[in-house]
Amino acid sequence: MSIEVRNVTKTFGSFTAVNDVSLQVPDGELVALLGPSGSGKTSLLRIIAGLERPDRGQVLFEGQDATRREAKERRVGFVFQHYALFRHMTVFENVAFGLRVRRRETRPPEAAIREKVTGLLRMVQLDWLSDRRPSQLSGGQRQRVALARALAVEPRVLLLDEPFGSLDAKVRQELRRWLRRLHDEIRLTSVFVTHDQEEALEVADRVVVMNQGRVEQIGSPEEIFDRPATPFVIQFMGNVNVFHGRVQDGKAHFGPLALDYPDHPHPEERPAAGFTRPYDLDVERSAEGGGGFWATLRHATPAGAVVRLQLEGADGALLHVEMPRDRHEALLPQLGERLYLRPRQVRVFLEPSR
Amino acid sequence: MARPTTEPRAVRLLLIAIALGFLALFLVVPLVMVFQQALERGLSAYLGAIREPDALAALRLTLLTAAIAVPANVLFGLAASWAVARFDFPGRSVLLTLIDLPFAISPVISGLVFVLLFGRQGWLGPWLAAHDLKIVFAVPGIVLATIFVTFPFVARELIPVMQAQGRDEEEAAVVLGASGWQIFWRVTLPNVKWGLLYGVVLCNARAMGEFGAVSVVSGHIRGLTNTLPLHVEILYNEYQFQAAFAVASLLAVLALVTLVARSVVEWRERATGREAAPEPEPPPRWLERAEP
Repeated sequence: MSIEVRNVTKTFGSFTAVNDVSLQVPDGELVALLGPSGSGKTSLLRIIAGLERPDRGQVLFEGQDATRREAKERRVGFVFQHYALFRHMTVFENVAFGLRVRRRETRPPEAAIREKVTGLLRMVQLDWLSDRRPSQLSGGQRQRVALARALAVEPRVLLLDEPFGSLDAKVRQELRRWLRRLHDEIRLTSVFVTHDQEEALEVADRVVVMNQGRVEQIGSPEEIFDRPATPFVIQFMGNVNVFHGRVQDGKAHFGPLALDYPDHPHPEERPAAGFTRPYDLDVERSAEGGGGFWATLRHATPAGAVVRLQLEGADGALLHVEMPRDRHEALLPQLGERLYLRPRQVRVFLEPSR
Repeated sequence: MARPTTEPRAVRLLLIAIALGFLALFLVVPLVMVFQQALERGLSAYLGAIREPDALAALRLTLLTAAIAVPANVLFGLAASWAVARFDFPGRSVLLTLIDLPFAISPVISGLVFVLLFGRQGWLGPWLAAHDLKIVFAVPGIVLATIFVTFPFVARELIPVMQAQGRDEEEAAVVLGASGWQIFWRVTLPNVKWGLLYGVVLCNARAMGEFGAVSVVSGHIRGLTNTLPLHVEILYNEYQFQAAFAVASLLAVLALVTLVARSVVEWRERATGREAAPEPEPPPRWLERAEP
């Protein structure tokens, strides 16, 4: 079932959690709401679920206005960040809850409930734990029980709030891949909230990047990563070097660095910022060919397949560079040495005029 | 790593001795005295004192009062703690303060308030008299005073339990399609049941043992408005020491039952609250399936 959010705003006291957000989730897609804490992503998810009422705007399911519909009538599956399992019930009863609370007319018979719950527990591979209490399970197991419980009511939409937030790195990796595969199997429209850009890029069909209650960019993982729409997105998606300078007559100037910038062909000068990833900076000993600038090596740390360098530019700014290990071994730069850095790719954004 | 804190053996023994000595002096000795005095003239005299009509009437009134006050306070306690723990509303802190009011003021004052309200010279006195209703110096007054004095117990017990539990499970139930009533019976209540039971036990103990407030509103009419504690006082003032202690022993037994119930509840609470070790996970099957 498709979801549409139209101009939704939600405030808590004087804090605007969600600020005029619109987005569409087509049927069967897995969408990530990505952003730092306080960016409004969880509030937006809760508004879609009906756990929170928006101050303004609409939530549409399958094109129909669901803004005033109660949470229990929306038929959404919600997986809470801290699982929110019923602690006094067994795993089996947790999963069966949504079926047992139905009205008598729509409640399946006991045998059907049993079959359904057993099937779901088998799917999340916890059938062997069905008589345990939540307190006897590990974090990853609880997460899967929460998922089975949400799926038991055959929701039309699955919403997950930081589904892997409180798990350790290894379990997280496994569950991530498992969720992606599960989604490919059942094709249920799903939205999940995360603050981990790697997670969003790996799992989601589409990513919605949020900041301070607003949507910064919506796009496929490739678009978000390769063509970030705003300075916030580029900085949030990973380590990046920032240069401050200006643009004029189709050129961008960042200290000694000059680049083409056809988006601003006007003679008036505008402040701008340039962003380049640590792995997009080539390190050379000579300035031959130009297009770069000099910096002094201050630090070098090997990290797996790459070596991380920290250099100091002429203006004292700290620069991060990642060099492939074989390249580093061929060059062998020394601490304190002056090196020529040539960016392969710089993203330029105009800054608001001061 | 810090060493677990330990004190010299002598200090530990001294502290334990002080604690146990204090307990013996102020709790065990009086309790033994009560039963010893009660049985001074033999079992038949003891039973006689208890079977005496006025004593039985006092026992009945005490049980009746508790039977009304405890359920009333359970309802109030559940409602108040739920409101305080789940919602932020104007007047929340005022409500929290008001819940503690009966703890803060002397029971005698509480009783006097009811006399001032419902007594013949009180605010509602003329209206009550005109409608031939009697509250003060009658059973309704005793029940009202008891409810007032005991209303913090259940609420105070439940508020921290409900606050610790948070809203998560209830929200999960909402999304799963449960109605408000179903959420209360299937999620909220089971989660707070031990806290609730503990509150009920304490509330009941106080309801049966309350003296001050009840004494003011009772009027001490034998066989009609005397509760057990009041009856004990009357017997004592009439120098019927053995009978007084015999009736007092009933209250002591109630207190002992309460204590046992309390320990059982605390023990159960610990047993269910304890986090059991997570099951070791077998090698995840989905990983095997992932390989082509």
